[in-house]
Amino acid sequence: MANEDIVARIEANPKYHELVRKRSSYSIIMSILMIIAYYGYILLIAFNKEWLGTPLAPGMVTTIGIPLGVGVIVFTIAITNVYVRKANSDFDDMSAEVIKEANQK
Amino acid sequence: MINRTLRNTLFVAAGLLAAGGALAAGADLGNTTKQATNWVAIAMFAIFVAITLGITKWAAARTKSAADFYTAGGGITGFQNGLAIAGDYMSAASFLGISGLVFANGFDGLIFSIGWLVGWPVITFLMAERLRNLGKFTFADVAAYRFAQVPMRSFAATGSLVVVAFYMIAQMVGAGQLIKVLFGLEYTVAVILVGVLMMCYVLFGGMTATTWVQIIKAIMLLTGATFMALAVLFQFGFNPEALFAKAVEVHSKHQAIMAPGGLIKDPVSAISVGMALMFGTAGLPHILMRFFTVPSAKEARKSVGWATTWIGYFYILTFIIGFGAIVMLTQDPAAYYVPKMVDGVQAVGADGKPLWDGLRGGGNMAAIHLANAVGGNVFLGFISAVAFATILAVVAGLTLSGASAVSHDLYATVFKHGNADSSSELRVSKITTVCLGIIAVFLGIAFEKENVAYMVMLAFAIACSANFPVLFMSVLWKDCTTKGAVAGGVVGLVASVGLTILSASVWEAVLKNPKGSAWFPYSSPALFSMTAAFLVIYLVSKMDNSAQAKLERSLYPAQKVRSETGVGAATASGH
Repeated sequence: MANEDIVARIEANPKYHELVRKRSSYSIIMSILMIIAYYGYILLIAFNKEWLGTPLAPGMVTTIGIPLGVGVIVFTIAITNVYVRKANSDFDDMSAEVIKEANQK
Repeated sequence: MINRTLRNTLFVAAGLLAAGGALAAGADLGNTTKQATNWVAIAMFAIFVAITLGITKWAAARTKSAADFYTAGGGITGFQNGLAIAGDYMSAASFLGISGLVFANGFDGLIFSIGWLVGWPVITFLMAERLRNLGKFTFADVAAYRFAQVPMRSFAATGSLVVVAFYMIAQMVGAGQLIKVLFGLEYTVAVILVGVLMMCYVLFGGMTATTWVQIIKAIMLLTGATFMALAVLFQFGFNPEALFAKAVEVHSKHQAIMAPGGLIKDPVSAISVGMALMFGTAGLPHILMRFFTVPSAKEARKSVGWATTWIGYFYILTFIIGFGAIVMLTQDPAAYYVPKMVDGVQAVGADGKPLWDGLRGGGNMAAIHLANAVGGNVFLGFISAVAFATILAVVAGLTLSGASAVSHDLYATVFKHGNADSSSELRVSKITTVCLGIIAVFLGIAFEKENVAYMVMLAFAIACSANFPVLFMSVLWKDCTTKGAVAGGVVGLVASVGLTILSASVWEAVLKNPKGSAWFPYSSPALFSMTAAFLVIYLVSKMDNSAQAKLERSLYPAQKVRSETGVGAATASGH
């Protein structure tokens, strides 16, 4: 079976377009969340250093900026792994189905 | 006593069984002078070299085809590749530089760590699986997939080599300076040693040896940094607030180290630097190349998930290590600081205490001195060896990606028009590896006394302004054409280099023009050069109505099917 035939059949399968649409919107949403988290933090530093330098509670030396900054790191790790898990299970299942259907016909 | 016991326990737990017995003796050796030849460090490093050369010998037997050389035959697992990516990315600059920045300024080091991490989700969401599905050996395979091969490959190879060159010079100069302080070796000897070892790994072991050097280095670095962070936290009952409180008390800047300082000057610079780091990571050729070493898109995603996890974890550790250094190094200033001398005697402050003048060996030595403070001379030797291994792993990856750009993109595709056989392509890669090694040593020596601080940031700026837009648009935008991609890429490349030369970090710091005379006022050109690249790709592609452009657009649906589903993707070669 020629590869072009398989490609044409995948192209004609609405499930393929559904997969592309779902996965693209998922990764775009994730990218936007990441951009908000990172640039939000950077702009906070650029515009409001004082607030970030405020102690968490009276008498403490740890400032608001520290847990927020560590939080951005943890968020980055978390969001990456959430995407990987979702893509490696749900999206890959959809993808496998599309390929299977293209090979069957 | 409890402290010592914990130290030993962690040491053994860290997998340093061989060194464990020597620890008791080593801890008492205390403060050796850093400038003297450090035999413990050299012995540790010799062990690392022996192991990695052994692996190279094993890998050499498996490196027969061009595919083995470039991608280890595509048989690396996602977990292994994740560690290797982390090993490729966590440079000595980020380990010593960020902990040194935390030591000097506290909070600002955290801002840097975050910046170096945020490129990873971008790669994960937008690039990783598409790269794996479309590419074979280099990122040019992906960028040139449906385009005219000669112009696209020429551009992509240029983009790769320029990024590799700047990144490499920074690494070689850093290696020479670092090893001079750590091992007491001559600068030139250190640079030649790095060049020769990296050539051995790449020349004989190709991607297989490079991958394992990076994996071993990543494990050593993560283990060493974990031990240091735990040792610091243990002293404060695992209470960060107690650590910070002590640091604020002893640091000369006091509470100011807990708030953002001068690192971020103006919002435009902040955004621009952020863009260089966030999108530049997705344009680094030696990082992109790692995605072709795994057998499938699934494994490619797993690798980037693991890589992000390890790198993020590592940056949290460097933050703790920097604060640990603030607290612990001031407890024994005579061992770690240079005395502030006035008329041949150490100056004394108003309170009668002696005054000190910065760390021995410079600001980047905070983590190294902390290693001595928490683990004695043996652990100091271990961390020094880790720092050296770190440089080797990074330069090996850079050399391999430079060699593949020359042999796979320029030689096989541009000069031989795709008709080169695997063995002649492999021969060209090996010749290029030797040439790159010699050039790297030469540049390392030539730039010894130069200010190279801007070079890593420049490499990121070029990667995000030239390589990333071309890659992104060719994969995700159906109307993109060869003309548009090449024009935009060239604009991004020229703009990022040009604006960097006109900025303070080169115009004033390197070219010695008067302060304030720099034409470009921001810290990074990325915001302007990357935007320009995207704009030019868009406009030129839109205006391109040639027959070639129509053909390229008609090839997009098939490219998309392959990039989204992996149908027709290069598979792992069997052994």
